[in-house]
Amino acid sequence: MNSQRYIRQTTLRDFGPKAQQKLQNARVLVIGLGGLGIPVLQYLNAMGVGTLGLIEQDIIEITNLQRQVLYGESDIGKNKLEVALQKLKDQNSTTNFKTYDTFLTRNNALEIIRDFDLVVDASDNFPTRYLVNDACVILKKPFVYGALHSFEGQVSVFNYDKGPTYRCLFPIMPSAEEIPNCNDNGVLGVIPGIIGNLQALEAVKVITGVGTVLSGQLLIFDGLSASMQKINFKSRPESYKITELQETYDAVNCFIVNDIDVNAFQRLRTTANIQVIDVRSSDEYENYHLSDTKNVPLSALEEHTEEINLKEEIYLLCQSGKRSQMAYQLLKERFPTASIFNVKGGLNHYTAQYS
Amino acid sequence: MNILLFGITKDIIGSSSLSMPVSNTLGVESPKTVGELKEYLGNTYPDLQKLSSLAIAVNNNYADDATVLNTYDEVALIPPVSGG
Repeated sequence: MNSQRYIRQTTLRDFGPKAQQKLQNARVLVIGLGGLGIPVLQYLNAMGVGTLGLIEQDIIEITNLQRQVLYGESDIGKNKLEVALQKLKDQNSTTNFKTYDTFLTRNNALEIIRDFDLVVDASDNFPTRYLVNDACVILKKPFVYGALHSFEGQVSVFNYDKGPTYRCLFPIMPSAEEIPNCNDNGVLGVIPGIIGNLQALEAVKVITGVGTVLSGQLLIFDGLSASMQKINFKSRPESYKITELQETYDAVNCFIVNDIDVNAFQRLRTTANIQVIDVRSSDEYENYHLSDTKNVPLSALEEHTEEINLKEEIYLLCQSGKRSQMAYQLLKERFPTASIFNVKGGLNHYTAQYS
Repeated sequence: MNILLFGITKDIIGSSSLSMPVSNTLGVESPKTVGELKEYLGNTYPDLQKLSSLAIAVNNNYADDATVLNTYDEVALIPPVSGG
């Protein structure tokens, strides 16, 4: 290691070469290469964390660019994993990168996480967050949590030195209907940068032992009022009794959805007159929609099934493919014989390819 | 009593904070515990009842339903958020 490279931090009296060596020896897994994962990785990589794990299977879409600042316009349509790896290698050639071209699932989580000292949860959905928690509890690994909503974010370090876990704070996983995600709800571009950087800072503190780790406290940042609050919370003994992963982490995913990808969908659209139901809100629909589609918002779907021709094939569409999945489930339960398709990845995938 | 709202609770209630009358000046008995406050808010804003994991903090400490509320307490409603 070139001793000059990290001199601006090794000269810090409370950090020094010893802490730098701990960074060098550390193995950190960052789950998700989105708004949070990018700043986490850019800083941990810059600061000299020896081994970084990257796990992601998404492709880069134009709607990612307002917050996922590692990616550029020429990267649209490419794999996040490949693009991020190239840019991070260029940033620091001495880092040892481990890449996983997959999403984290109950089948691979324990095997992947086992290999690391510390996990950074930079995912964007509840099923993955609860899976990360449970796997880390089972494997006794600390993890740095960060999550966003609109203009706000939350940060904490869970399962650190026998400290509280995610389930001590939020014992039960919310359903997808309860709380929308970023794709459906929106987030101000700079907020993930702030929260991701706080996560990177906590990761460095956990690794080096410098400072006080944000364990047993939830930091809530509100961008609109520029305020930070720290909420103290305690362990719930039942949260540690996890000995194996749940059978499933996603109620929607365990229902088999008849997906169609955007390419097949586009071919059909251009060759036949198909029935496309856009289940986003009427505001979203007014703002932007594909031609020859009909808007029946998910919230009104149950009362307005008469607007759908059940004898024809039904193609369900939304922004990210999540609400259309719920619509699929809802319709399939009521009309088991109807021929229904879910446009996988929704308008995000569609516009990435065909706008 | 001041109630700070975060995440989806801000969207449901349509404001970033709520001020709770502390006496029964409006003819309504004010909640004396966190459990009573949850019930009161749930009746006023039914969408709050749908939240399966809603953490409540009183004066920056996580509070359970039995926690007693006082006039000058600051309460925060903290739902989990998922975005990344």
